[in-house]
Amino acid sequence: MKKTPLYEAHLRHGGRLVGFAGYALPVQYASIREEHLSVRRGVGLFDVSHMGEFLVQGPEAQAFLQWATANDAARLKVGRAQYSMLPNAQGGVVDDIYLYRLGEEAYLMVVNAANIAKDLAHLQGLARGFRAELQDVSEATALLALQGPKAAELLQGLTDTDLATKRKNDVWEAQVAGRPARLARTGYTGEDGFELFLAPEDAEPVFETLLEAGATPCGLGARDTLRLEAGFPLYGHELTDATNPLCTPWAWVVKREKDFYGKGALLASPCQEKLVGLVLETGIPREGYPVLSGEERVGRVTSGGFSPLLEKGIALAYVGQEAGEPFFVEIRGRLVRASLSPLPFVPLK
Amino acid sequence: MDIPKDRFYTKTHEWALPEGDTVLVGITDYAQDALGDVVYVELPEVGRKVEKGEAVAVVESVKTASDIYAPVAGEVVEVNAALEKTPELINQDPYGEGWIFRIRPLDIDHLDDLLDAEGYQEALEGEA
Repeated sequence: MKKTPLYEAHLRHGGRLVGFAGYALPVQYASIREEHLSVRRGVGLFDVSHMGEFLVQGPEAQAFLQWATANDAARLKVGRAQYSMLPNAQGGVVDDIYLYRLGEEAYLMVVNAANIAKDLAHLQGLARGFRAELQDVSEATALLALQGPKAAELLQGLTDTDLATKRKNDVWEAQVAGRPARLARTGYTGEDGFELFLAPEDAEPVFETLLEAGATPCGLGARDTLRLEAGFPLYGHELTDATNPLCTPWAWVVKREKDFYGKGALLASPCQEKLVGLVLETGIPREGYPVLSGEERVGRVTSGGFSPLLEKGIALAYVGQEAGEPFFVEIRGRLVRASLSPLPFVPLK
Repeated sequence: MDIPKDRFYTKTHEWALPEGDTVLVGITDYAQDALGDVVYVELPEVGRKVEKGEAVAVVESVKTASDIYAPVAGEVVEVNAALEKTPELINQDPYGEGWIFRIRPLDIDHLDDLLDAEGYQEALEGEA
């Protein structure tokens, strides 16, 4: 099992380590619920160093990314970031990514940890013919996520940047706790917050300084409940190699007016399912549980769990295009009434 | 980890406390700690006949769902209705207010098959 640069720090702070995408990472420290609420009401700190990072550089870096990604990379200005996807040739998704434009000819792509090798091979194949260099810098990059309504206030005391001048999706270089960092106003919780790209040797001192300043250490458990409440997709669950993104709530990522790899297949494949948000009357839905519309089985839960804010079970589920209420989720043979919910499940900033 | 000496234990982390001709059942301090924040408990129906080792209740934490097995065969005669409103009692007081159900065993002697506190401690050490 691989260790992130924060492995020792997690143990020191009482993190319960589990294996995730080949890394030993904390699932929780004291309580998933408390960690979750600290991010919704204050500020929480996550080690997301397991995520993959690729540098894309060269005179045709933009042209290559415009071809390889579904969103409009040409609209991305220096110092800005965008959510995007890597389409495959069959109309599915290789991965969902975040793309940061660092310079005129330099981009940083953040990919899911479990997909690093797959994405790299896919992108290397597509990069042929472009004057663009693709470099996997995952091992050389530590990544922290400081998230919550009080994230800016906490971070402001530790950085030389005036954070009031920075908008969501900005990316820039700065000092944090006296260490060089690349900062981005991005994250995966639905709250305001920042992601800090650091050299591995700087990760631990910065992590400790942020905790001393009042951030709550948070694990993978809270990361998942937060992203579920925020209605964000998780690769392998809501998005897969076989998912047409046009059939999801994230269809806005796909820019039809530009040309990109796999576009033909993606536009041609019909949507047989739609993704819905469900709030249960009782019980906790889990991945794989059947979803019924009336008495007919129409789909399945792709992500489910307990919402610490709503104090109810919530789920993302794929159901048939025509399926409508009343919905039920089958929990251990018992049918539980579930109502449709807009996404996000909870009001977010 | 707290392991009271007044009751019996299963390898699946239930405790069983004889009270008169019934047995009170809950999960151990170790189990509640491993589960994390308990957010929902599915209780059995009163009157249900259960086999030893049968899944009788389900404790759901934020993380996962976990079956709770009957430590002895018998009939469920009472459930802890307080858990419907405050499932976190299992975290707060696993050996007291967080009890889950009460069984009238077919044969009280069957408790002898279970582990005592020392045996459970050893089982935990073997697991670690």
